[in-house]
Amino acid sequence: MIEWLVPQASSYAASIDNLITLITVLVGFWFLVAQGVFFYFIFKYREKPGQKAQYITGEKKEEKKWISRPHNAVLVCDIVVIAMAIKVWVEVKQTMPPADAKVNVISQQWAWSFEHPGPDGKLGTEDDIRTGDELHVEVGKTYHFNLVSRDVLHSFSIPVFRLKQDAVPGRIIQGWFKPTKTGSFDIQCAEICGVGHGLMPGRIIIESPAAHAAWVAEQSQKKLASAKAP
Amino acid sequence: MSKPIATTRSATGIPTGRLAVWWVIASEIVIFGGLLASYIMHRLGHPEFGDYAAHTNTWIGAFNTLVLLSSSLSAVLAHQAAERKDGERAAKLLGLTMLGGLTFACVKAAEWTMEISSGFTLTTNAFWSFYYTAAGLHALHVIGGVVIMGFVARDAAQGKELQRVELIGNYWHFVDVVWIFLFPLLYIAK
Amino acid sequence: MSHAHHQEGWVKKYLWSTDHKIIGFQYLFTGMAMALLGGFFAYAFRMQLGFPGKSVPGYGLVSPNEYNALVTNHGTIMIFWFAMPVLIAAFGNFLIPLMIGCDDMVFPRLNRLSYQIFLLSALILIASFFVPGGAFGGAWTAYPPLSAKHQYSLTPAGATLWLLAVALEFVAFLMGGINFVTTVMNSRAPGMKWHQIPVVIWMIVVASIVFMASVGPLVAGAVMLLFDQQFGTGFYDPVRGGDPILWQHLFWFFGHPEVYVVLLPAIGIVIDVIAVFARKKVFAYKTVLYTAFATGILSFFVWAHHQFVAGIDPRMANVFTATTVLISVPIAEMIFVTIATLYGGSIRLTTPMLWALAFVAEFLIGGVTGIYLGSSGSDIYFHDTYFVLAHFHYTFVPIAVIGSFAGVTYWFPKMFGKMLDEKLGKLHFWATIIPFNFIFIPLFITGAAGDHRRIHDYSRFPDLARADLQNLRAIATVATVCMLVAQVIFFFNFFKSMKSGKRAGNNPWNANTLEWSAASPPPHGNFEVLPTVYRGPYEYSAPGRESDFWPQDEPPDGEAEPAQEAAE
Repeated sequence: MIEWLVPQASSYAASIDNLITLITVLVGFWFLVAQGVFFYFIFKYREKPGQKAQYITGEKKEEKKWISRPHNAVLVCDIVVIAMAIKVWVEVKQTMPPADAKVNVISQQWAWSFEHPGPDGKLGTEDDIRTGDELHVEVGKTYHFNLVSRDVLHSFSIPVFRLKQDAVPGRIIQGWFKPTKTGSFDIQCAEICGVGHGLMPGRIIIESPAAHAAWVAEQSQKKLASAKAP
Repeated sequence: MSKPIATTRSATGIPTGRLAVWWVIASEIVIFGGLLASYIMHRLGHPEFGDYAAHTNTWIGAFNTLVLLSSSLSAVLAHQAAERKDGERAAKLLGLTMLGGLTFACVKAAEWTMEISSGFTLTTNAFWSFYYTAAGLHALHVIGGVVIMGFVARDAAQGKELQRVELIGNYWHFVDVVWIFLFPLLYIAK
Repeated sequence: MSHAHHQEGWVKKYLWSTDHKIIGFQYLFTGMAMALLGGFFAYAFRMQLGFPGKSVPGYGLVSPNEYNALVTNHGTIMIFWFAMPVLIAAFGNFLIPLMIGCDDMVFPRLNRLSYQIFLLSALILIASFFVPGGAFGGAWTAYPPLSAKHQYSLTPAGATLWLLAVALEFVAFLMGGINFVTTVMNSRAPGMKWHQIPVVIWMIVVASIVFMASVGPLVAGAVMLLFDQQFGTGFYDPVRGGDPILWQHLFWFFGHPEVYVVLLPAIGIVIDVIAVFARKKVFAYKTVLYTAFATGILSFFVWAHHQFVAGIDPRMANVFTATTVLISVPIAEMIFVTIATLYGGSIRLTTPMLWALAFVAEFLIGGVTGIYLGSSGSDIYFHDTYFVLAHFHYTFVPIAVIGSFAGVTYWFPKMFGKMLDEKLGKLHFWATIIPFNFIFIPLFITGAAGDHRRIHDYSRFPDLARADLQNLRAIATVATVCMLVAQVIFFFNFFKSMKSGKRAGNNPWNANTLEWSAASPPPHGNFEVLPTVYRGPYEYSAPGRESDFWPQDEPPDGEAEPAQEAAE
């Protein structure tokens, strides 16, 4: 259902959306049943002249079944939801598929910066490309990211990926994503980080392999040019 | 002010004052529990805390433990005296407990002076921050207990409100037990 | 009676009183005043969100730092200075001695002191808006390092005053809680067994115990945060060996049980009101208590669902998903009990009953949307979006607003001896409930579309600056204004009825519980003769009886009046 509002652009976005749909069906059904019974009772048992209410303690076994059966139904639905939630969680947060590339994500008050591998395809070398507020990735590649914060808590959130991870100062937090759709989308900071929290937008630009290679080449050219300049 | 009838009732059979003191102690346990749990979590994550703890003086800590334990003993004796309606003796024994509490506070002050003059302050590192915060919060409880005990002893000497001797004693044992946890955590585990 | 009635000055009677009813009113009126302040804050920041960059009538332009201060203090006030004082302290103080049949709290002076500390804490919070740098704006959760270091928060005095106010509020409620629990344990009327105590009293007691057991670590945490702010310690500073996540654990170890601390009294009020106006015995009374205990205990094991994506060990999330989703079982059961109580009833839709029924209908929405957030997998997406915000407003508004209105409209005759105007009461009900849904249904949608929280202007986010989302935000804003304006009807009705309402007899609703056998309003000392209890609180429509209610203190037929309890 979420895909009606926000496009799916990562390999696990569909898993999360399907979990949300499953929960909607399960709790939605019981929600409607409960509300239906509730309003029906209010109507059916409205005050009528000369009619006294019934005396029901609810302590007898055959009376208690009216709450113990829904109780068990809720329990069964809960177990299904828990199992599916954990399955999705393990896929997104607890497994790290092998990386095709790595990026560093650095958050601070109030800006993002990103470190991409340069033409050599490796991160942590001389030719790394550093950008502010724009993350460039190639569609179809699995990325690992290292998330750090320079000051307070931030949260690296990309709605189209259904990805969210807090950045904690003093820690390097790892995660992954695999873009599946080209385009440019919002990056948010989803944890309040001070006065400029709302002024911390980023963009993720997902490019086809050719476009991404062109961008890398252009950036490393620029870098060389500025290095040569006195 | 006359007491409301509510205060004199006892549906549980436990006197209201004793019940209330138990609830006070229960809510204090979680305060100290939270602080100590935070300390232990840090401690497990930082083996270097052991080196910092080496600068604390175990002998002073041990002496204070002894002082506090003996003051608890006189609180127990005061309770027994109060049970026998011997208010004067209860007051004297409470005085002894207060003396123990004051000794504890004075030794603590001297110890902290030494440590601060050797350069170990609240902000030196996380270990010393915990050291001063936990021991300081405990010391505040000791001083507060001594003050309240003074009022209880004054009434007890005149034979009034003798049930309070037991209540302040229970509180004092709690303060004592907190120290029994603090001493090994801050002094011995090096 | 041991209480002599003498002429007292106004100050002694209303400001320095140890009478539990007056202290209850002090909490009630302070809480309502703070709710108006919190409501005004909501008005100011909702206007900024609905119509960004426009000057807000009655406030002015909302700058980013003011926006942060407004949302932070809106949350803080509504929970700590509105929901808690009204639901626990006001109703607890007013109702406990009356409903268990005694003359006052066991420690009246401690009670007075707890209110005074509470008032001081409220004044400190208000003062924090007038210090250099302005009020604290790091969210009501106050996560360090933002809250711990002034160079990050930019509110040096505001952050400290905020923390001090919250800590003092905790102290006030610890003292109040000890008083409540001890009073109910020891001072019940002769004959009142544990299963004859009204549900609302049980709920206030369980809530007080849950509060006492959960707040301690946060008190310790607040001391550490205060030291970080003021003395430069490094408890939460990773550079100096501290850990910012520690605060989150301490905060939510308290913060999640706190939800149930305010929920339980509200459910208690609702169940009592529903029993009276359905003329029905509460369905499975003991089950209600067991679910309350189960909820109280389980609530201590769910806190980390607030931290799924906070950088905790991902394996921990699986445990907390299970506990969090399972807490729906006792809560759902409580709702089933209220629905089952309606079965076979003779339902009178008075104003208090409308509020109580609305609680069930609206809280269900808050309950089911919680499942999305308790499940770790879907929380990755919903965490810190407006979906979360809409979810917890669908729990907190039913609790704090609807629950309080149910209680106030139900006990108003007892409090002030007059009846509220039913027509105005119903008008106020609909004028509040309809806009309420128009605020938060749109916000579920904007949240699902990716609106993240605590953003003062979405125009910098191209994916969120769409016109359709902005329209939804504007709808929510207009509905907020409508809901706030509707409260004028309530206050008009409240004060008009207090002055010139129809006289209420001792028992205008034909209810069973003990407070209704005292005079309206009850005098100092409450009862002319302290009551003795013969039966449970919900013997409505009992077979073989002419009348459809049976007061707890009415002696069984043919039995002589018992000897009075001697005043000591």
